Amino acid sequence: MKKNRKLAGVIFENICRFFTIISLIAVVLILGSLFLKGKGLITWEFLTTEPLDGMTKGGIFPAIFGTICVTVLMIIFALPLGVASAIYLVEYAGTGFLARTIRAAVNNLAGVPSIVFGLFGVGFFILFVGRNIDKVLQTGLLFGQPAMLWAAATLGVLVLPVVIVSTEEALRAVPLSHREAAYALGATKFQVVSRVVLPQSLSGILTGAILSVSRGAGETAPILFTGCAYFLPRLPVVTIPYLNIPMINPLDQFMELSYHLFIMATQSIDAQATRPIQYGTAFILITLTFILNLSAISLRIYFRRRHKR
Amino acid sequence: MLSTRGINHTIRDERIILPSTTPPRKEASLSLRDTPLRAKARHRLKLKVQEFFIEKFLFLNGLASIIIIALIFVFLFRTGIKAFIEIKPLQFIGTHIVDFSGQEVFAYIWQPVGEQGKYSLIPLVLGSLLVAIPATIIATILGLGTGVYLAEIASRRVRELIKPAVELLAGIPTIIIGFLCLSSLGTIIQNLFHTTFRLNAFVGALGVSLVIIPVIATITEDTIRAIPDDLREAAYALGATKWETTWRVLIPAGISGITAAILLGMGRAIGETMIVLMATGNAAIVTLNIFSSVRTMTATIAGELGAVAQGSAQYYALFLVGATIFTFTFFLNLVSEIIVNRMRAKLKL
Repeated sequence: MKKNRKLAGVIFENICRFFTIISLIAVVLILGSLFLKGKGLITWEFLTTEPLDGMTKGGIFPAIFGTICVTVLMIIFALPLGVASAIYLVEYAGTGFLARTIRAAVNNLAGVPSIVFGLFGVGFFILFVGRNIDKVLQTGLLFGQPAMLWAAATLGVLVLPVVIVSTEEALRAVPLSHREAAYALGATKFQVVSRVVLPQSLSGILTGAILSVSRGAGETAPILFTGCAYFLPRLPVVTIPYLNIPMINPLDQFMELSYHLFIMATQSIDAQATRPIQYGTAFILITLTFILNLSAISLRIYFRRRHKR
Repeated sequence: MLSTRGINHTIRDERIILPSTTPPRKEASLSLRDTPLRAKARHRLKLKVQEFFIEKFLFLNGLASIIIIALIFVFLFRTGIKAFIEIKPLQFIGTHIVDFSGQEVFAYIWQPVGEQGKYSLIPLVLGSLLVAIPATIIATILGLGTGVYLAEIASRRVRELIKPAVELLAGIPTIIIGFLCLSSLGTIIQNLFHTTFRLNAFVGALGVSLVIIPVIATITEDTIRAIPDDLREAAYALGATKWETTWRVLIPAGISGITAAILLGMGRAIGETMIVLMATGNAAIVTLNIFSSVRTMTATIAGELGAVAQGSAQYYALFLVGATIFTFTFFLNLVSEIIVNRMRAKLKL
C-alpha cells in the first residue's frame, strides 16, 4: 500500500517534470533553429543596407529604422498616460467601485486580441480622428490615411495595460511607512507622490517601459492596416524647414521588421529565394525582443531583491 | 537603508520651499499685508489649488482604459452593425446556391469577392474553434504540468532558472512562431501524419498553444503558491504524500484560479492572428477534420481588410467579424476576472 502511494508520487512528479521539459524544449528549438539558420546571415552590410532585387538581396536597414521609430513614438504615447493612470489607481482611487471598474477595464484591455486593435486603429484613429483633423485644418488627405503616427497610437493603446500593471506593482512596492513619514512632515499628497514614491519606483516603471517596447516591437496585426508599407524607397524622415534638422516623419508610412518578415514569408513571388533573408530578419527581431525582455527580467529580479532586504 | 533616503529627501525639500516663499523680515515689519503668516497661508492655498488640479488630471488619465474599451466597443459595433443593412441577416448563416448537379442547396460559404458576395460566418467560427480548442487542450496539459512543477516540485534554484525561460516563451513575437510553423513545423507534421494539406488547423493549434502555455503556467503557479501553508501542513499531518496533497488539496483549492487561467488562454487562442494567418492554410472550409486547412475569424480580417474598399459590404462584414471576436474574448476575460476576484476574496489575499 505504502509502496503504491510512493510510486504514484514518483510518477506524478515525473509527469510534471516531463511537461515542463517539453515546454522548455519548445523554447530551445525556436531559439536554436533561428540562431543556427540566421547567424551566418548577419553581417554589417545586412544591417545597414536597403533591400535589393525584389527583396532577394540586400539588407533590412529601413525595417530596423522603422521599428525603432514606431516604438519610440509608441512609448511617448503610452508611458505618460499609463504612469499617470497607475498613480491614480494606487495613490488616489482607493478600493471603491470606480477603482475596481478601472482595474477590470485594464485587465480586459490586456485581453483584447491584437487584430481588434488593428480594426480599432483603422476605424477610430485613421477614419475618425485623422479625417476630422483633415476637415478642421483643411489639409486634404494628410492625416486621414495610414501613417506611422496612427500605427504608434494603436500600439500605444495595445501596450497601455503593460505599462499600467507594472507601474502599479512598482508603486505598491514602496512601503507605506515612507508615505506616512512624508505626510507627518507636512507634505501634500502630490509632494509625497512626486518626491517620495516616484523616485523609489523608477526602476519598476523602467521595467514596464522596456517590457512594453518589446511587446510593441513584436506585434504585427495592429500595424497591418495602420501604417506599414511593403517597401519604401525612402526612410520616413523629414527635414525641418529653416533649421535643417532631420526628424522622424510621423505622417509617412514605414517598414517594420515583423511586417517585413510576414510579407516575405507569405507574399513574395519566390518565397524560397528570400528564405535566408527571412531567417535573418526573424533572428534580428528575436534578438531585439530578447535583449529587451532579458534586461527587463533581470532588472525586476534586482529590484525585488533590493526591496526584500 | 532605503527608508532614511526617502525621508531626508522630503525634509530637505520642505526646507527649501518655506524660506523661499517667506518674504524677508525687514519688509514684513513695514507692511501688514505681507506678514509671514499671510504668505504662508497664501502658499497653502496655492498648494491646495495645485493639488486639486493634479488630482483631476490624474483622474482623467485613470479613466483612459475605460474610455478606450468603450471606444473600441462603439467603433467596432457602429461599423459592424451596418453590415446588416447591406447584407441580409440570413446570409451570415448561409446562402442558397445552385450546385454542380443543378440542384439548389443551402451552402455555408464565405466568399465576399465576386458577383454576389457570400458572407456565411459558419466556416470562420468553426475554423477559429477548430484551432482554439485543441490549442487550449494542449496548452492546458503542458501549462498545468509546468505550473505545478514550478510551484510544488522544483527546488528554488531550478525554479529561478526555469521561470524566466517560460516567461521568455511569452515574449517571443507571435510572427516568429507563425514563421517557424510555416517554414518547418508544417513539413514535419505532414511527414509524421501524412496529411493532405501541409498547413492545417493542427499546425496552427500547436503554434498557438506555445503562446498560451506561459499564460496558463504562470497563473497556475501563482494560484498554487498563494494557497496558505495551513492547508499543506494539515494534509501532511494527516499522512498524505506530496502528490496526494497536491492532487487532492492544492489543485481543488486553486481550481478557480486554474479555470480562470484556462479561460484566459482560450481567449488568447481565439484572438491570435499572425500564427493562424501563416500556419492554417487559409481555406474557408466547413469541416471538423483537424488536419484540414481552415480559416479563422482573425485571419480573415488580417487577410482581407487591406484590399477592401472602405464603405463596401465586405468592409462592414469584416468589422462584424471583429465585433464577434471582441465579444467572444470580452466574455471569456470577464468571466475569468470574476472567478479570480471571487478566489481572492475567498483566500483573503
